[in-house]
Amino acid sequence: MDMILPYVWAFLVGGAICAVGQVLIDFTKLTPARILVSFVVLGVLLGALGIYQPLIDFAGAGASVPLTGFGALLAKGVRDAVAENGNIGILTGGLIASAGGVTAAIVCALSVALVFRPKDKA
Amino acid sequence: MSLTNQEYEELSKRYSKNSKAMMNIPKAFIIGGLICALGQGLIALYTALGVPEDLAPGACSMTLVLLSALLTGLGVYDNIAKHAGAGTLVPITGFANAMVSPALEFKSEGLILGVGAKMFAIAGPVIVYGLSASVLYGLVMVLLGL
Repeated sequence: MDMILPYVWAFLVGGAICAVGQVLIDFTKLTPARILVSFVVLGVLLGALGIYQPLIDFAGAGASVPLTGFGALLAKGVRDAVAENGNIGILTGGLIASAGGVTAAIVCALSVALVFRPKDKA
Repeated sequence: MSLTNQEYEELSKRYSKNSKAMMNIPKAFIIGGLICALGQGLIALYTALGVPEDLAPGACSMTLVLLSALLTGLGVYDNIAKHAGAGTLVPITGFANAMVSPALEFKSEGLILGVGAKMFAIAGPVIVYGLSASVLYGLVMVLLGL
């Protein structure tokens, strides 16, 4: 049971965060781009308030994989960089913490665009 | 009970919207939840392989980005997204999809202004507002001496 529980919590918490996004799509006029931006900014806010880290500790990937986790990572990066390097960390922390994910996404997007052919949209 | 055509149309529109949402929300929950459970599996895998505990979630996210990019290139991700809605949008895989999809689609406009520029159509604003919010947090933290 102890082996399965982390997966159950990741599924439930991650699913719930996605369901919030779906409610916003179905019941508001928010476009997908606006929802992604809102989730990241919300993640920064929750991370800054110290609310998001307990959720990551509890739900693991259920909290770190949704884009709110990306926002919380930016906030954590700034907090750690300020603690380590002083005020310069305000500007360096966000990108340092997210460097791996952002670079992976850029390189993957470029590689896929070079290798694959655009599908004809039916 | 008698209804004019117009009233009927409005009613049917209202209920079909609700019943659509009744299906969309559970689908987003299940598919988004499965992606996160897969992420949990990746974290467990990397931890078992000796990746330090604080780096494993990052490695997991990068792996999901790679998987999503491949599935987008193969045209599979967008087919899942048709059913999953926010379930495939909100996870980090949706962020990767939002970069890969326009990069591929606008390949015909060239490598610089097509692929290089269009991949940031949605990812750009996410980075702009995410980073700006983090800088604002840093300023507030330092000014208030937290």
